[in-house]
Amino acid sequence: MPKVIVDGIEVELAAGERINGIQAAQRAGVEIPHYCWHAGLTVVASCRMCLVEAGTRNPDTGDVMMVPKLVPACQTPATPNTVFITNSEKVANARAMVEEDLLIDHPIDCPICDKAGECNLQDYHFKYGQDQRRADIRPFTSRKREMGDTVTLFVDRCVMCTRCVRFTREISGTSELFVINRGSHEEIDVFPGYPLENRMSGNVVDLCPVGALGDKDFLYKQRVWFMRKHDGVCTGCSTGCSISVEENQDTVYRLKPRENPHINQWWMCDEGRYGYHHVHSDRRLTDVQRRDGVNWTLIEWSQVVREIDERFRNVGRVAVVLSPHLTVEEAYLLGKYAREVDPQAQVVLGPVPVEGTDETFKNGFTIHAEKAPNRRGVEEVVTHFMGQVATLDNLLISLASGEPTAVWVSGGYKSNWIDTAAADQIASAAACLVVHDTFDSPLTEKATYRLPDGTFAEREGSYVNFSDRLQSVSWAIRPPAGVRVAGSVYWELLGEVGLYKSRRVLDEVAERIVFFAAAAEPVGPLGVDLKTPVLEATPTA
Amino acid sequence: MPFEPVLLANINKPESYTLRVYEAGGGYQGLRKVLKEKTPAEFIELVKSSNLRGRGGAGFPTGLKWSFLPKDHPGPVYMCINADESEPGTFNNRILMELDPHQVIEGIILSCYATKAVTAYLYIRVEYPTCYQRLQQAIDECYAAGLLGKNIAGSDFSLDIYLHRGAAAYICGEETGLIESLEGKRAWPRIKPPFPAVEGVFRKPTVVNNIETVCCVTQIAARGVEWFKSIGVPSDPNNPRDPGSYGPKLYCLSGHVNKPGCYEAPLGITCRQLIDEYGGGIWKGRKAKAAIPGGISMGLFTAAEFDTPLDFAGPGKVGCLGLGTAAVVVLDETVSMVDFLHNSCRFFAHESCGQCTPCREGTHWSLTMLERIKAGKGRLKDLDLLLEIGDTIGIIPGTTICGLSDGAAWPIKNAIRKFRPEFEEYIKRTNPTGYMVTEAVNALPVVALH
Repeated sequence: MPKVIVDGIEVELAAGERINGIQAAQRAGVEIPHYCWHAGLTVVASCRMCLVEAGTRNPDTGDVMMVPKLVPACQTPATPNTVFITNSEKVANARAMVEEDLLIDHPIDCPICDKAGECNLQDYHFKYGQDQRRADIRPFTSRKREMGDTVTLFVDRCVMCTRCVRFTREISGTSELFVINRGSHEEIDVFPGYPLENRMSGNVVDLCPVGALGDKDFLYKQRVWFMRKHDGVCTGCSTGCSISVEENQDTVYRLKPRENPHINQWWMCDEGRYGYHHVHSDRRLTDVQRRDGVNWTLIEWSQVVREIDERFRNVGRVAVVLSPHLTVEEAYLLGKYAREVDPQAQVVLGPVPVEGTDETFKNGFTIHAEKAPNRRGVEEVVTHFMGQVATLDNLLISLASGEPTAVWVSGGYKSNWIDTAAADQIASAAACLVVHDTFDSPLTEKATYRLPDGTFAEREGSYVNFSDRLQSVSWAIRPPAGVRVAGSVYWELLGEVGLYKSRRVLDEVAERIVFFAAAAEPVGPLGVDLKTPVLEATPTA
Repeated sequence: MPFEPVLLANINKPESYTLRVYEAGGGYQGLRKVLKEKTPAEFIELVKSSNLRGRGGAGFPTGLKWSFLPKDHPGPVYMCINADESEPGTFNNRILMELDPHQVIEGIILSCYATKAVTAYLYIRVEYPTCYQRLQQAIDECYAAGLLGKNIAGSDFSLDIYLHRGAAAYICGEETGLIESLEGKRAWPRIKPPFPAVEGVFRKPTVVNNIETVCCVTQIAARGVEWFKSIGVPSDPNNPRDPGSYGPKLYCLSGHVNKPGCYEAPLGITCRQLIDEYGGGIWKGRKAKAAIPGGISMGLFTAAEFDTPLDFAGPGKVGCLGLGTAAVVVLDETVSMVDFLHNSCRFFAHESCGQCTPCREGTHWSLTMLERIKAGKGRLKDLDLLLEIGDTIGIIPGTTICGLSDGAAWPIKNAIRKFRPEFEEYIKRTNPTGYMVTEAVNALPVVALH
């Protein structure tokens, strides 16, 4: 097995594997600080923070020949028998020099900088910098300016790593950002009249190792050290990007992409990134209500579940609409309940919202037109119960001709998803209509029971994206007072005891439905591919 | 030392820049002979055996550079001629291009023949309008005479030469910076490997040569290797890797001498010989204080080091970076080294491309320190700080991508190490109350208000 030696620690390389010094060191548990290098972008080796000593070991004699000068680890391939030394005095001096150089022109305005707390410049300064400032230079100052609708540039904080420039050239392929001026007067800028406006622009903020690029959506909202990160899945479209939901005391402040080589790599689109505001919308449903004639009566959750259950059993015929925003577990539980009450119950897939067409970027990242996270998962659940993918249209036809039916419609949509005509059709045919949704819609107005549902940040369970990759997440925030997330309601409907735990349901799903068989094993942070039931290794990077 | 000029043989003839005058002096005969008698591989061997070293500054053996091109590459292979002569004090390429453009073109054709390049780009700085006109004129003449274009001089070899005018940034003279600029990008030097010989212009194998180098190729083709190796300093027999310093060299002599100018002399002439025999001595009867051996980035000779031979190995022996472009700038005894260093730092701070942190900030920092010293606020510790910057930036310590910051570092290191008493005296005189201060002044930067 070929090996690389980092500070005396041997790291094994897979056959034909091409990694650089930084990645090899990561495997050895050694941090090599870096600014300009990013695994998803080309190597420019310009920040010089990753300077290390390198050499080669003769595999026969064990002698090590070192290169006399420092080399950037990002640019040095970790070929077999390469030796990296990152803890020598020479390397420490080089790092201190680069830190000192970068701080010469830096305003050091950490107290008012959004990046403070997760800033590489800050962290590396404490780890590798010098304790005294020797330069008595007035720092370069330049006023902040807008790069586009989503991003603000704090020019003087920039360390010129050019990650953002490379992102717009290599990933989004839109090339809005570039470098103006020369030498220490260099700045990142856009051409007049050509702002940073592509559907992935928010990524440049994640890429920025310092506080130069600020996300307008997040600017001055929250200090990063107060926030907790939760692994999540973006529910904006069927791509199903892996994300981190960052919240403080049940308020979501931002979504960030989470590295997943199988889906989104390091990126996510702006639509997903900024598509969380509905979580804290004041238009959200929070009251459990029952229609009594023309009036709405407030009732308690403890009462409503039993009441609906009774009414459904009285009606006898049941139909349920499974929204593509439900998790696999929730969809399965609702279908299971329907079939328990009525063995002939109709289990259908709710409307799948589609906007525009798929947009694919230069690096292959795709924003899907299908604006729901779990069509594939719910489809499979529906197929399990119905033998085919039955949709709302099927239900409408059978409702129009059939006997009185109790209908449960699940929602979770971000915006209005049903038109008045369809809503009228369902409402007029249903003997008892339960709508469990996050926002008011033409359907909730006509419902017999109007129940408030949780959003993606409050849900727990699994989503299956367009390429049949299943990802399991747990909830990030607690739902607002009055709201109960679908899963726990169905859990109670089924008369199960204890707290709703999606994993227990997923075990059952994996056992009953062949499609989900691969999910029987624990699902890692990168998810599991349902097409080929092979477990993924945990991420190394 | 009487030396019959070769590279500059034509320049004093009237209308020396025309094809007629050039051919009357025996021009293009070497090219015709090589095209007829030698294969490209044989010609590369010939140039290799001449030990011709690149005249652009680094002194890399030209034949060896050509032989780095990948064999059996489907092509195209490109030739880049670096005429972005921007090293302060250097003007030999200008003389050649303005007064003997056909010698340049013949060298380019020969070099392209050797490397099998079918396209040559001549990257010329925009400040040389006459050179541009004369070269374009000469290229047009050559096309008309069948010396460029398809089947040059009746052979199978075809070549097109394009002139490209660069907007004259110093960094565009760096090999890969030039390539980036030629491709229409920002002239940020590329990381190596891949070297241009493998991936250069438009990601194709590329050779970058200097104007004077290709003129030497012309002369080698016309006069032969024996003639070339009869001039200059032979290689060190104790060092098998030393390619020696053969051939004539154009020395650009400027500064405080009586007769500044571009002089052709064999490599290995000493600085004193150059100043006294060619330059007519120091002007106004003064004494010399220092000299720049080969463009500002190479460092400084003190007057005591004037007997150093100006060959590829000589300046390095007295702590300079190298021969560089052999642009000798003489400073007389009235020059303040503080002024000299300030000017040097100002140049490099202005010209640093800003890609690598140590160079971008190091050149800027050294400039601001020199400005403080000149403003009478210098401190003795500044000198140590300047030396520290000088010692840590550049490709030699490995902290940058290209050699620009080595060039920025050497004047700092040489000036302060060789003239430290003068700097200390200046600081003490101009800042009598504060020269001993050791802590940073205004240590806390002003926070910008957003």
